[in-house]
Amino acid sequence: MATTITMPQLGETVTEGTVAQWLKRVGDSVDKYEDFVEVSTDKVNAGVPSPVTGTIREFLVREGETVATGTPIAIIDEAGAAQAPLPKAPAPPAAAPAAPAPVAAPLAARPPSTNGSTASEAPSADAERVLQSASPAVRRLAREHQIDIRTLNGSGANGRVTADDVLAAAQPGAAARPAASAAPPVASGTSTYAQPIPGTTVTLTQARRIIAERMVESRHNAPHAWSMVEIDVTDVWAWRAHEKARFERETGHKLTLLPFFIRAVVEAIAVFPLMNARFVPASNAGQASIYVNPDVNIGIAIGLPTNLVVPVVKRADQLSIKGLAVAAGELIDKARKGKLGVDDLAGGTFTVNNNGANGSWASAPIINGGQAGIVTMETVVRKLVVRPDDSIAIRSMMNACLSLDHRVVDGYVASGFLADLKRRLEAMGPQGEL
Amino acid sequence: MAVVSSSKGSTVMNNVEAVRATLYEAMKNDDRTVILGEDVGARGNVFLITKDFIGEFGPERVVDTPIAEASIVGIAVGMAMEGLRPIAEIQFADFIYPSFNQIVGEAAKVRYRSNGEYTCPLVIRTPYGGGVRGALSHSVSIEALFYHVPGLKIVAPSFPADVKGLLNAAIDDPDPVLFLEHKKTYRLIKGEVPDGHYTIPLGRANVLKEGTRLTVVSYGLYVHWALEAAQQLEQDGVSVEVIDLRSIRPMDKTTILRSVEKTRRLLIVHEDNKFGGIGAEISAMVAEEALFHLDAPIRRHCAPDVPAMGYALPLEEEYMSSPVEMAEAMRELVQF
Repeated sequence: MATTITMPQLGETVTEGTVAQWLKRVGDSVDKYEDFVEVSTDKVNAGVPSPVTGTIREFLVREGETVATGTPIAIIDEAGAAQAPLPKAPAPPAAAPAAPAPVAAPLAARPPSTNGSTASEAPSADAERVLQSASPAVRRLAREHQIDIRTLNGSGANGRVTADDVLAAAQPGAAARPAASAAPPVASGTSTYAQPIPGTTVTLTQARRIIAERMVESRHNAPHAWSMVEIDVTDVWAWRAHEKARFERETGHKLTLLPFFIRAVVEAIAVFPLMNARFVPASNAGQASIYVNPDVNIGIAIGLPTNLVVPVVKRADQLSIKGLAVAAGELIDKARKGKLGVDDLAGGTFTVNNNGANGSWASAPIINGGQAGIVTMETVVRKLVVRPDDSIAIRSMMNACLSLDHRVVDGYVASGFLADLKRRLEAMGPQGEL
Repeated sequence: MAVVSSSKGSTVMNNVEAVRATLYEAMKNDDRTVILGEDVGARGNVFLITKDFIGEFGPERVVDTPIAEASIVGIAVGMAMEGLRPIAEIQFADFIYPSFNQIVGEAAKVRYRSNGEYTCPLVIRTPYGGGVRGALSHSVSIEALFYHVPGLKIVAPSFPADVKGLLNAAIDDPDPVLFLEHKKTYRLIKGEVPDGHYTIPLGRANVLKEGTRLTVVSYGLYVHWALEAAQQLEQDGVSVEVIDLRSIRPMDKTTILRSVEKTRRLLIVHEDNKFGGIGAEISAMVAEEALFHLDAPIRRHCAPDVPAMGYALPLEEEYMSSPVEMAEAMRELVQF
């Protein structure tokens, strides 16, 4: 049996929707509840689940086209049922123009459900249910992170959106919906983020859209200030070189400077806990305040070809350099394989960005929203350095750049933090314990 | 957890031995300490907690009283106001009702009424709780009848080390403390008890197990079952935080709120009836102070609202919860 899918009403005041992207191609099979199209309105972007299991027979609307809610947009042949010809639409009213028009136009005039084919259940009811079942925590977190919870797939009972769902979606680069993280089929010649074609528009994936929103939000809400220190990493570099081969043999993970750096960061945070805090704006729940996080969870910014993800090393202050190296190594592996889970991305309280791999010498990062700061490791450069005893030496030097939320900390704390970080990293050397 | 003042190691005891050892030390260390109650002297208490005390400390400090609970507490209030450190015993919590006026109307109000001129450093110990085939008159939980009363502290420890630390704190406290001892845990629960004198501050809860998905608050016997249930869930990968309230009043709001802010879900488990129970107060407090952290309704897993625990085993089992039922309640809330 053929099922006609209509443009859902995504919100009570919404009257039309745009087919942002077909997530399937004609002839593809689709499971019941599986998103097969991404629809955008002026309010939300949402995947639309198929009401039946079957095969896509036909798309009635092109990508980018906007049609009224209730307009048929696709036909799906239900699995197990013999393919029946779709009953003919009633003849268009005489007044309707007979001229060739975009494929959706004549179909839009067809009254839905006059022919025994089941119209898709209006997801507006779902969207309303999502709102009604939102707990106080979900409402607060959605407000704080400016997330429309109707765009999320709930993991709670009966699809309820939970607080964890909101937090996961709030992570930069988090794919809010599993359907969106799977690479959607792209017709050849379409301009994509990975293969942009000059003079064309690239449709944003859910992940890129969230990155865009979070960046604007953080840059807008948190007054950024910036500072940089130059750190002599000669000794810690030598220590790393000394341990590298054995470590990689024993653990299977690479030993980079990152875990040493994170170790110094968490030790400095212990001295300056405000660097591990977040600013809580005034809301119905109370006056503005600063929440000092109990755990030190370090996000590691990882750039991927089309994406940015920030998986989190939980309770990083409890880990040795070796523990940090393994934890970070696992997260980086997962990120590269696209295997990061919601838990991997949640709960960060401060972010470290290893930015120097391609030679960057200084950078001004945007703070990961809801944190007090982000610190970068820039490239290690061998330099002539005048040492405290006026001798001149060739030393390995690295800049560390800090962006901070000036609502949470001032230069006093920030520069203290950076100085402490520098001191700790410079004190590390081959005599230490990994 | 405990403030150990003269640590010489520790001894494994059950809860009843911990009560006995603590009372003995109190009698030994401070001759203002007086124990009074039914059968505490010659009989040495029905659980043998004060066995041989009368021989060692004499009938003036280990006083057998008539079966008259109002008098036991009334006399103890007078002793406390005049400088002694009485530890009154109500043989079973089910018998405490005749002394209600003395506890609520007198003891709890002494400091306030005398504008601080008098205090009432009185401990009222009593075994409570069910699950021991105690039927209608040896099973009751009485805490909710008293927790409404400002001026009265209520303690209900679950572990031997807490029994000792909290009983010492109750004895040291300048105001009246109702000290509840769960009968079923008396011999069931054993644990290390630090040697030497130490106290655990009244009003401090104990996070027995850390977790991330759900906070369970309980006290008394049910703490042990809640812990067992939480460990079952842990095996299924569900991380549950278990808080032992230890003190019912003053209540450790901070520990509860901090936990709920982390887990966003709260289950309160107690043996007492649900309506107007301790869970009602915890629930109201969390709703008032942490509403915007809650991701699910607060749930209470408590006894049904029936007048008493029946003697017949099926009735007792129906009244009492179990680790299995608790695990079910936890799962349901985690899945909300």
